[in-house]
Amino acid sequence: MAKAPAKAAQTTAPDKLSNTPSASKEDLLRFYREMVLIRRFEERAGQLYGMGLIGGFCHLYIGQEAVAVGVQESVRQGHDKIITGYRDHGHMLAAGMDPKEVMAELTGRIGGSSRGKGGSMHMFDVPTGFYGGHGIVGAQVSLGTGLAFAGKYRGDDSVAFVYFGDGASNQGQVYESFNMAQLWKLPAIYIIENNQYAMGTSIERSSSTTQLSQRGASFGIPGEQVDGMDVLAVRDAVKKAVERARAGEGPYILEVKTYRYRGHSMSDPAKYRTKEEVDEVKKTRDPIDHIKALLAAANATEEELKVIDNEIKAIVAEAVQFAQESPEPDPSELYTDVYVEA
Amino acid sequence: MTDILMPALSPTMEEGTLTKWHIKAGDTVSAGQVIAEIETDKATMEVEAVDEGEVLEILVAEGSENVKVNTPIARLAGEDGAAAPAPKAEAQADAPKATAEGKTGDPEKAPAQTSTPKVELRDPEIPADAKLVKTTIRDALRDAMAEEMRRDDKVFLIGEEVAQYQGAYKVSRELLQEFGDQRVVDTPITEHGFAGLGVGAAMAGLKPIVEFMTFNFAMQAIDHIINSAAKTLYMSGGQIRAPIVFRGPNGAASRVGAQHSQDYSAWYAQVPGLKVIAPYDAADAKGLLKAAIRDPNPVVFLEHEMMYGLEFDVPEIEDYVVPIGKAKVRREGKDVTITAHSRMVGFALQAAEKLAEEGIECEVVDLRTLRPLDTDTIVESVKKTSRLVSAEEGWGPMGVGAEVVARVIEHAFDYLDAPPLRVHQEDVPLPYAANLEALSLPGVDKIIAAVKQVMA
Repeated sequence: MAKAPAKAAQTTAPDKLSNTPSASKEDLLRFYREMVLIRRFEERAGQLYGMGLIGGFCHLYIGQEAVAVGVQESVRQGHDKIITGYRDHGHMLAAGMDPKEVMAELTGRIGGSSRGKGGSMHMFDVPTGFYGGHGIVGAQVSLGTGLAFAGKYRGDDSVAFVYFGDGASNQGQVYESFNMAQLWKLPAIYIIENNQYAMGTSIERSSSTTQLSQRGASFGIPGEQVDGMDVLAVRDAVKKAVERARAGEGPYILEVKTYRYRGHSMSDPAKYRTKEEVDEVKKTRDPIDHIKALLAAANATEEELKVIDNEIKAIVAEAVQFAQESPEPDPSELYTDVYVEA
Repeated sequence: MTDILMPALSPTMEEGTLTKWHIKAGDTVSAGQVIAEIETDKATMEVEAVDEGEVLEILVAEGSENVKVNTPIARLAGEDGAAAPAPKAEAQADAPKATAEGKTGDPEKAPAQTSTPKVELRDPEIPADAKLVKTTIRDALRDAMAEEMRRDDKVFLIGEEVAQYQGAYKVSRELLQEFGDQRVVDTPITEHGFAGLGVGAAMAGLKPIVEFMTFNFAMQAIDHIINSAAKTLYMSGGQIRAPIVFRGPNGAASRVGAQHSQDYSAWYAQVPGLKVIAPYDAADAKGLLKAAIRDPNPVVFLEHEMMYGLEFDVPEIEDYVVPIGKAKVRREGKDVTITAHSRMVGFALQAAEKLAEEGIECEVVDLRTLRPLDTDTIVESVKKTSRLVSAEEGWGPMGVGAEVVARVIEHAFDYLDAPPLRVHQEDVPLPYAANLEALSLPGVDKIIAAVKQVMA
C-alpha cells in the first residue's frame, strides 16, 4: 500500500466564496433544498425549546448547513457510515433521516428515532448509516475510527465519515485514533467542523496551533482546509478524500471552516463574541445565500425556489406536529433496550 | 565463593524451569554474560551474570523444573556473598509451557490453591462421563477465544501485545499463528483509543474482544466501556448494539503497588447495559468467556493475574458454554453461606475446609457473574444456613458484598440469625511493602474470622 505523504498538502480557505458553479442546476436545487430544510428545522427546534417542548441541551446547526450537505454527496447510503458529536441535527437530516423522527426525539416522544430515550445528542439510524449522535466530546472520533476499522476488516470499501469540532480536536483520543487510523490505513474521513468556538472558548484561546488541518501531520495524515460556507468546495474536497480512502490509502483530515450563528446551546447568550462578528458572517458568508447566488447564475427562478421553500415549510410543520402529537413513551419502555435478549 | 540464585523474573513468579545453561564448571564468567535460560509461566528469559569469576559448580541441572526462586543454582569462585543474577527482560517468542502453580507474595502465605477443592459440585450440564482435562486458566481462556474465532469470523482480538508477543500474560498464545494479524491485532499503548475503536467496530457489527493488559489501564478507557458500549442500545431505542468483550486481569497481582492492584468488580457491576463476569476456575473461565463472546451485549470479563497459571479440570465437551448470570454452589454446608467471586472463591473453599475441621459447615457460593447477579441462588443458600459472609478482593464500601448483603436482607431478612459480614480489602490504596500488602488483602484467615463471628 502506498505510504501517505509525510507532509500534508494544505490549502487555505479562499477569502471569497466560489462564484464558479461546478454543479448542475439540478444538483444546486438539491443542495438548496437540503440546506433550507436544516435551517428551517433548526429554527423551529429553537422555537420548541423556548416553548418548553424540548428539554435538556439543544445544539443548533444553523450556519453550518453547507458542511453536512456537501459531505453527504460522497456518502453511499446504507454502505458508508457517519458519526458525529452532539450538534447532530443537521447531519441526521442530511443523511436522510426522517425529520418527523428527529423532531419527535427532540420532544422525547415514542415516535422519536430513539423512542424518546436518546434526546438531541443521542440519535441513530442504521439504514442511513448514521451511528450517532454522541454526547461525550471526542468519543465519536475513536468510535468512528472503529467504524472505519470494521469496513477495512470486511474489505467492503466502505468509508467512515467522522465529524468533530474544533473543541474536540484538543481531546487526546483524537490523536490516539489518528495514529491507529494511519498505522492501519483505515478508511476514515475526519471532518473537523471548525466553527471557531468550543462552547465559549475561541480557537485562539484553546489551541496552541490553530491550523487544524495539520493536526494529523505528526502521524502522516494529510489534511486541508476547506471553506465550509461553500457547499461545492466541501463536496469537492470530500470527494477527493473519499476516493483516496476507498482506494486503501488511509485517512484524511478536512478542516472545514464554518460558523455557528446561534449560541453553543440554547442556554448560551454567546457573549464571547460580538454581534457585529456574527452579523458580518451572516451578511457576507451565509451558505444559503451563496447557493442562491449560484442558482441565480444557473438561471433558477424565484418561483422554483419558492416551490422548494413551501415544500420544506410543510415538511417541518408536519415534523413539529408529529413531535407534539406522538405520545410520550409508555412507562413500560423504561426497562426495554437495556440489554439485547441473548 | 558466590552463589548464583534462581531469580524471580516476574512479580508473580515463585518457581521456574531452568531450561538451559550456557556455562559449565571451569568456565570464567563476566558480569553481563548470558549464563542461563529460565522459563517462567509467561516467557523464556535469558539470565545474565552479575558477578565475575570461575564457575566452581553447577548446582541445578539443565532441564530442572519447579526450581524455587532464590535456590542456589550455581557457585562461583570469588568474593563472598550471594549474588542474584540480573534477568534480561527479553521474552522469547516461543511459547512457554504453563506449569506455574503457587505464586509468591500471596497474602495467605501461598495457600495450596492449586489443589482442586475436595468438594466441588459439577455444573449439571456437564455429562457424568465427560472427560476432564487439567487445564490452566490461561489456556482455558485461549481455547475459548480460539474456538469462538473459528466459529465466527466476526470475532477478533485487539489489544496491547496480544499478537506477536503472544499476550503479556500469554493468554493469546498461538492465536496470531492461527488467525493472522487481521484478527489478532496489536495496538499502540492507547487504551482510550482502542477501546473506542473496538466499540465502534462492534456497533458496525463485528464482535471484538478487547484485551486490557490489566483492568487498571482500562480506567483510561472507562468512558467508552460505559458511555459508548453500555448505554448506546438504550439511547438508540434498541437500534445500535455493541457486542464486545472487554477482558483482562483484574485485582491485585503481587507487590505491584496501588496503581496496578485494583479490583473493579463493583465499578462495572453497577452499570446497566453491561454484563460483568468474574470466573474462578478454568472450566468457568472457558465456558463463560465463550458465552461472553456470543452475547450480543457488552461484557466486562474480569480475570485474575494470580490465577492464570493454576490448573483445574475442564470438561472435554464440544462447545462448552456456561450460561451467564448463574451462580454456582461450590461446596454445600448448613451453617453459613460464604459468597465470593474470582480468586476469593479459592480462599473461601480453603476457609471452609479448615472450618469443617472445627465442625462448622460452610456453603460456598461462587457468584461467577456479578451483573446480572444470581440473587436466587444466594437467597436460597442463606435461607438454608441463616448466616452470610461475603468475600471480595476489592474495597468494602459500596462494594459487591454490600450489594449481596442488601439483597439478602431484602429477600431473606427473617431467615437471618446474625448480622451478615463483609470480608474485603482494607480501605486503603494497596501498599507495596510485603507485610502491609498482606495485611491489606483479604484471604483465608479473614474469612475464617468472619465466619466465626457470624457463628458466635
